[in-house]
Amino acid sequence: MKPLPMLPRRRLLGAAAGLGLALQLRPAAAMSAAPTLAAVERQWAGGRPVTEGRVLLDVAPLVENGNAVPIRVQVDSPMTAADHVVEIVVFNERNPQRDVVRFTLTPASGVAQVQARIRLATSQQLVALVRMRDGSQWSHHVDVLVTLAACIEP
Amino acid sequence: MADTPAPRVRMLIHGLDGLRRGQPAELRVTLAHPMDNGLRHDGFGNVVPRNIVTRFECRLDGDLVFAADLYSAIAANPYLGFWLRADGPGTLSFEWSGDWGFNHRETRAIVPA
Repeated sequence: MKPLPMLPRRRLLGAAAGLGLALQLRPAAAMSAAPTLAAVERQWAGGRPVTEGRVLLDVAPLVENGNAVPIRVQVDSPMTAADHVVEIVVFNERNPQRDVVRFTLTPASGVAQVQARIRLATSQQLVALVRMRDGSQWSHHVDVLVTLAACIEP
Repeated sequence: MADTPAPRVRMLIHGLDGLRRGQPAELRVTLAHPMDNGLRHDGFGNVVPRNIVTRFECRLDGDLVFAADLYSAIAANPYLGFWLRADGPGTLSFEWSGDWGFNHRETRAIVPA
């Protein structure tokens, strides 16, 4: 066997190993770079006040499996053309990324209630933020205990 | 794009049967999708690249009823529940889009009682 053809293979393996290492390091860096819950709430609010109330974030206080956690957000709104929910946002405190989901609602929704299933990496606080047609903003913070974590298993 | 066979995508829609004219009703939709969050490793220690659905839209005759922007924190096989008030017959469209050019759209004709 000639020694030359071995070289590209060796370089390829080295490059592949380097790439693998870079990819493995990336999530850790992304996690530490995530802003705090308070910071993303402030950014969403855009400098205008957010009041606790009018919105209910319904999630089990004790979650056994963080891979699929049912959540329900309900807002006290008539959902008419003049007075309705425009946006519902859910943020988390300690997942790798603060965003969970952003809902857009319209008067055709009829009822201001949404459901989803989410992932929770660990016990933490969740918040549902709501923007109304008139520009008023409302929130509901909930603490959740998680037994089995999502996202970070090997 | 158009001449390649579309991958099998499974989507379920619940709540269309009981629709009544002018009365809000809850619709529930589920899409079969792994929602890989880009943080997991496969059996060889390599990161599974992020592959998530990032957007869902429900429209009635082209007008937006409900939309959701989804992130990595949405569980696999995304499930969404929302409400619809239909004032008459029409066509509902359900569209999902996401990473790697993912797009899936289905329509349903509705005739509220």
